[in-house]
Amino acid sequence: MNENEIVIRVKNLTVTFGTFRAVDNVSFEVYRGEIFGFLGANGAGKTTTMRTLCGILNPSGGKVEVGGKDVSSSTAVLKPRIGYMSQKFTLYPDLSVQENLRFAGSLYGMDEAQIDIRARKIKSFIGLPEHLSGPVGQLSGGVKQMAALAAALLHDPDFVFLDEPTAGTSPQTREAFWALIRRLAEQGKTIFVTTHYMDEAEYCGRIALMERGKMVAQGTPAELKKQFFPVKPLELSFSQPLIKQVRQALAEEGVASSVFGDCLRVRTADRAAFERATRPYQKGFSVYETEPTLEDVFLEAVSGGRGV
Amino acid sequence: MPALGVGVSQVSKQMGRTQALKRVDAAFAAGHVHGIIGPNGAGKTTLMRLLAGLLHPDKGAVSYSEQGEVVSSSQAKRVTGYFPQEPSLYPDLTCWEHLEFFRDLYGLPREAFAARAEELLQATDMAPFRDRPAGKLSGGMYKKLGLMCVLLNRPKLLLLDEPTVGVDPVSRQELWNLVYGFAGADMTVILSTSYMDEAARCAYVYVLDEGSLLASGAPRDVMQRFGVRDFAEIFLNHERK
Repeated sequence: MNENEIVIRVKNLTVTFGTFRAVDNVSFEVYRGEIFGFLGANGAGKTTTMRTLCGILNPSGGKVEVGGKDVSSSTAVLKPRIGYMSQKFTLYPDLSVQENLRFAGSLYGMDEAQIDIRARKIKSFIGLPEHLSGPVGQLSGGVKQMAALAAALLHDPDFVFLDEPTAGTSPQTREAFWALIRRLAEQGKTIFVTTHYMDEAEYCGRIALMERGKMVAQGTPAELKKQFFPVKPLELSFSQPLIKQVRQALAEEGVASSVFGDCLRVRTADRAAFERATRPYQKGFSVYETEPTLEDVFLEAVSGGRGV
Repeated sequence: MPALGVGVSQVSKQMGRTQALKRVDAAFAAGHVHGIIGPNGAGKTTLMRLLAGLLHPDKGAVSYSEQGEVVSSSQAKRVTGYFPQEPSLYPDLTCWEHLEFFRDLYGLPREAFAARAEELLQATDMAPFRDRPAGKLSGGMYKKLGLMCVLLNRPKLLLLDEPTVGVDPVSRQELWNLVYGFAGADMTVILSTSYMDEAARCAYVYVLDEGSLLASGAPRDVMQRFGVRDFAEIFLNHERK
């Protein structure tokens, strides 16, 4: 397996709906066996890009290659190699897990015997109980998500697209889900995943950040932190109830801050402005440098000084 | 009137066949930002509805206070604002029409309304979207509109059920900024969240799992007590036991 083999190549991709440019001249590459995180605010164009890569939508401009083939002209060849788990729950709630898997498999032209063998394998891989007899609609949220993953993986795709797979699930489910994602990547499958959870984004090999259809940053979590925070964020721990006053003073200097209980997190590189704003209150807090998180990166890259 | 404090003592509540809350004790001090944290199905919404006076406990009691004086639940209800998790706005009414609708609901005088509505539109950055129907707003903007509608009445107790769920990090940050902008001497805020990393943003947290309160206190104290680095670990350890 060649780790540096590019398996997804997106060049100048543009997707328009009427006059609205949902995706605007976006380019990136994904390597085989990589976990590629695709992040962005609501409406940034994440789902649209993902659907284009899966061959569900056609690009309005630019080129999209998956597995060395052009997606729009080779859809039929590529479909069996692509697994897609939509943001919306797409299993039939009134069918059982097994019935849903049979249905999903038959869409890919698998016969019943093949489906049963694969279903057993995939259920044991995911850790789904062999016999879940009731309708899917009555399963717990976590089990439902796992069942949806099973359906996406049933035909053993090389490319796995997951659109907010862990939204609204418990910490247990999220942990289990990411353990599976890592094992899939180790098997050489390429994972393309979107999430709003920045702690999950840390698990990705590389990350692309989107804003209003455009790509604003790309790199490994460590690279992005370095790029956006040559100067580390500050944390202020208050011994006196001065948070509101200090926030106000910072805002007047154009410095954004976030409250964390009795602490204040300040992302600015402008230490002079910080000093000016906080000098009158210095006795009320202690200040220390802290490591940037991907949440900090996201806010910095996407809000770009909008002051949040 | 200053911010309202609220407490629950030994409250239990059954919802259908589920014991949604099991003998929960909690005191939410006036003027602070409190977070009820737990995974789906922990009982967060049930607790919020009890605090809002929309449900009554099977056992135990909910009590309200103002500067140490007891306040009756019917008085408390008049100064409580509740924004539920389920979409509850009218998709075909614009932002401005929502504000007018809630003005009439709360019986606000016209002049006071005009000033507050403007203030809220500014604070939320929603002024450019005042004529957009609620059904056409993004997730984050929708939550901000809901927040404006409850804030219009200047509640002394603000209850927000999962205001940040499904909302991107930038909008989440905006919502937190709004919460901290309004909380203080005349408003107590209690919100629920299933994002474990948001626990650290609250002054006090209440860790709920399967209807039971596992712990409460300042986030750092709670983590220290459990010997964990983040809140997700509390639930993961609890599950393994």
